[in-house]
Amino acid sequence: MQKKRKLGRGVAVVGAGMSKFAMYPDKDSKDLFAEAFNEMRSSVDKGLEPNDIDALYVGNFTNDFFMHQGHWGPIISDLIGLAPKPATRTEGACAASALAFREGVFAIASGFYDIVLVSGVEEMSKRPTAEVTEGLALASVPYESRVGFTFPGVFGAIATDYFAKYGATRDHLMNVTIKSHNNARLNPKAQFNMTISDLMKARIERAKKKGEPVPEWKDEKEALWDPRFNPQVAWPMYLYDCCPISDGAACMLLVAEEIAKNFTDNPLHVIGIGQGSGRGLHAAPSLTSFEANKNAAAEAYGMSGLTPKDIQFAEVHDCFSMAELIHIEDLGFFEEGTGFKAVEEGLTRLDGPMPINTSGGLKCKGHPVGATGIGQLIEVWKQLRGEAGERQIPKKDLHIGAAQNLGGTGGTCTVTILERR
Amino acid sequence: MEAKPFSDISYEQFLNEDKLMGSRCKKCGALFVPPRSICIKCYGSEMEWVEMKGKGKLAAFTVISIGPPFMMEEGYDRKNPYCSGVVDLEEGARVDARIEGLDTTKPETIRIGIPLTAQFLHRGEGEKMTTFLAFKPS
Repeated sequence: MQKKRKLGRGVAVVGAGMSKFAMYPDKDSKDLFAEAFNEMRSSVDKGLEPNDIDALYVGNFTNDFFMHQGHWGPIISDLIGLAPKPATRTEGACAASALAFREGVFAIASGFYDIVLVSGVEEMSKRPTAEVTEGLALASVPYESRVGFTFPGVFGAIATDYFAKYGATRDHLMNVTIKSHNNARLNPKAQFNMTISDLMKARIERAKKKGEPVPEWKDEKEALWDPRFNPQVAWPMYLYDCCPISDGAACMLLVAEEIAKNFTDNPLHVIGIGQGSGRGLHAAPSLTSFEANKNAAAEAYGMSGLTPKDIQFAEVHDCFSMAELIHIEDLGFFEEGTGFKAVEEGLTRLDGPMPINTSGGLKCKGHPVGATGIGQLIEVWKQLRGEAGERQIPKKDLHIGAAQNLGGTGGTCTVTILERR
Repeated sequence: MEAKPFSDISYEQFLNEDKLMGSRCKKCGALFVPPRSICIKCYGSEMEWVEMKGKGKLAAFTVISIGPPFMMEEGYDRKNPYCSGVVDLEEGARVDARIEGLDTTKPETIRIGIPLTAQFLHRGEGEKMTTFLAFKPS
């Protein structure tokens, strides 16, 4: 039984901003962070005097490898005029900025700081794909990478066990991808803000223009079954099961609950945070569940006093389509082995009872790894404040949402629950 | 053999000698492959080496079209993908390994649960020798 954990004092989110996630040949980490910071400032309803920020936490994973620079705390602090105030980089692979969020929460809950900027940034696209893959492998389990496993490969192996145990097929994974694209179509900040049908049309147009054979697909799934449209990456993970390479930045302003009203009349409250660590496939108790997820969820549910049924929607770490199914089961939204059916029945659609990844998820919104954790929480922020535009969840009294972030292949997982009161 | 530390380096050295070795906790009997020096079941620190028979079953696998540079250098690519998997050993432990001898152009025909036998893929010679643990259908 998980010990019930609590914060020393309440923490609220009062501002949030992000760059569009995309591949930027002409923008670097600082440019993208400045965009995120400016958007965050304008999101603070009653205004923010930047000099009032007490400290900065920046999540980043691979910039030391890709940009030959690892000391991002002071670089960002200088960029936004915070120096000489404290700036700390957090690292948790693809969960780096969820850890920045947690550190910010702890810093305020302890009473040490009142106003903290938590953030993440990543710059990946300026390197060739092979180098990006090598960089991301910094977060692999050594025993796995040694025998040739890649990240898609690990999730491919997980999928083969999931398929064998529960009877799911590639067709079910396609349902996840199609849903993500449908949601991303409504998100102007998404790297791929288009449906599979939109992408098929583009492909057909291109073939016509070039005088190549024009593909004839009767629907989205037929295109996804076509290896020319959707080639294998690591069986049974195909191109459209995988998130893209992205650049981006995201940040959120955290303040002590008692001063939240100075910034907005519509703050969100941090009611649950949890984290866990995990092991490789060979040592994990199950191939179709992440023990780090379960620990993170238990901490977050325990702190909030909530159960999975109380969560009205969630952003989960769909680095691969298969991962989304594992997460929605690990967090208890659906029974183990039934996630694929839930997606097939439309339960996780924007207009379903349990919307998942309304932003388009990592698959379509993009995955600048160190910025993703805060990026997910920004979707929760937008939905809970009724600011999600065309993709606003059509539910009355939307007040509790969660985000689940994963680093490596389940080595680090976090769950964060936010509430609008 | 008893003097070798229970480490990843020792595990790799044993692979060079065609041995798949794990450590067993002398206090509680828990088995770890690759070896651990600290028992994570009982926190015992007295371990002994155990050699695996090299028999197991395929627990999970993937067929990789886009691999890391060291696999590409072995000639694997989109047209010639390779298989990596998780193997349940007869002794009860689970290991990651390369899986050889399967038709990787038809991954949909590969079945979980098939019986496998260990093989040791040596690369390089002498001081530079490195060995990949692999399994092939029995």
